[in-house]
Amino acid sequence: MPTKRRIINWTVLTLAFTSGFIIMSIELLGGRVLAPYFGSSIYVWGSIITVFMIALSFGYLIGGRLSLLAPRLSKYGLFFVAAAITAVPTILFGDALMDWVFLRFEDPRYGSLLAAMLLFFVPTAILGMIAPYSVRLLVEETHHSGRVAGGLYFISTLGSALGTLLTSFYFVLLFEINEILVTMAIALVCCFLIALIVDREVEAKV
Amino acid sequence: MTSQHMKLFFAIILLLVSTGSYSDTVVHREKSLYRNIVVTEKAGKRCLVFSVKRQQRNQTCVDTNDPKHIVFAYVRMIFAGLLVNPQPTRGLMIGMGGGTISSVLTSIYPNLTMDLVEVDPAVVKVATDYFGFRNTHQIDVHVTDGRVFARRALRRNEQYDLIILDAFTGEYIPEHLMTVEFLDNIKSLLTPGGIVIANTFTGSSLYHHESATYAAVFGPLFNLKMPGTGNRVIVASTLDLPDSETLMANAMMLKPDFERYKIDLRKYVPNMNRDPDWKTDKRVLTDQYAPANLLRNR
Repeated sequence: MPTKRRIINWTVLTLAFTSGFIIMSIELLGGRVLAPYFGSSIYVWGSIITVFMIALSFGYLIGGRLSLLAPRLSKYGLFFVAAAITAVPTILFGDALMDWVFLRFEDPRYGSLLAAMLLFFVPTAILGMIAPYSVRLLVEETHHSGRVAGGLYFISTLGSALGTLLTSFYFVLLFEINEILVTMAIALVCCFLIALIVDREVEAKV
Repeated sequence: MTSQHMKLFFAIILLLVSTGSYSDTVVHREKSLYRNIVVTEKAGKRCLVFSVKRQQRNQTCVDTNDPKHIVFAYVRMIFAGLLVNPQPTRGLMIGMGGGTISSVLTSIYPNLTMDLVEVDPAVVKVATDYFGFRNTHQIDVHVTDGRVFARRALRRNEQYDLIILDAFTGEYIPEHLMTVEFLDNIKSLLTPGGIVIANTFTGSSLYHHESATYAAVFGPLFNLKMPGTGNRVIVASTLDLPDSETLMANAMMLKPDFERYKIDLRKYVPNMNRDPDWKTDKRVLTDQYAPANLLRNR
């Protein structure tokens, strides 16, 4: 019979792995999403990576702050469902939005930067909040915090590596971009449900 | 110096000169944002190579002794596309190479103006410095992505009666220049009777996907392959494709113009094939599904 602690840890690590996977999968697909409007030159990748880095850095900051307010697994799940919801407009209105940017920005560098910002900033920032919040859920004692954070980065960055690999090697060969994005959104909703269920289970055990 | 010495001296000079001209000399080498560019010279042929260690590919070559000699079969095959529209006045070319094609076309057609789109500024520079490319009043060079240029051109209501797509280096394919959406954009840029000529791939699974994609946008195509080359050139029109008699008549009409380039377009007429020789059930490439580089390895 696993302890309450173990269940929480495994849940957090699994969800953090999934979020790492999805961040990089979306980042890679971002290049494909922007290419029809802004080309696939180096500056398009520059825009995407810049936006993802800025979004993640703000996500870390905000996620850390939020972890101060009575952290709980059910609240943790809300990050996942919020990321899923904010990713939906990218899938549904991406073209209309990029059209709008394309008409207003002659220079594809700033066009791609703005488009990447509008499409990917919010969901990526929300996914970034997951990392510090995970640390908070995992850490029991201060002197363990470094080891716990290391383990978490290990798992979530492995997830990112796998998300990069599978997306670029296989997913794009088998599926359409939107099919992959919708699947990612569904996976995020599943993460939310898992967090909710596990939260209820461990609370019942008390 | 005795006559014996003189003979030996000249023999050595001759040897040096001849071996020199037969080995691959690197004239210029540079790393651009997109690739390594190498200019080589061998046996009087100067070539632009987009270098990848494993497999170097000559992108374009000129004969330094005879600049009018078109070295590459695929370049001659692209000119065969003119049999479908022998009098172009407004051209667009995406992918510049050494600039040979646009130079030949604007010299044959004094009334032709061309937009030349190249994503890599280093290619424009090398074409100018080493391949005699001249930015004449007939040619406008645009350093930008082909897809972005086409989209802007559509916004400006530009119309072309000749569009040449040659943006594929052989090593990496810009996947967004090989989708239904892009070709729809290209088709909208064509005048009635305007044509698109595309230098494309053979010998991999991509051949079928790419052919299916062009067919999905343009309907019937001319599929031009010549024995002894690995190239395939697609020619499509916004109107019905002309019959063989018309193609032959156009070849006769263009004969004097192409004679100075030692090209006889008549020999291409029998190879302008209308029947699909590709697997027509293959998935069409779209902005949503464009793994061209992966399909190429299959």
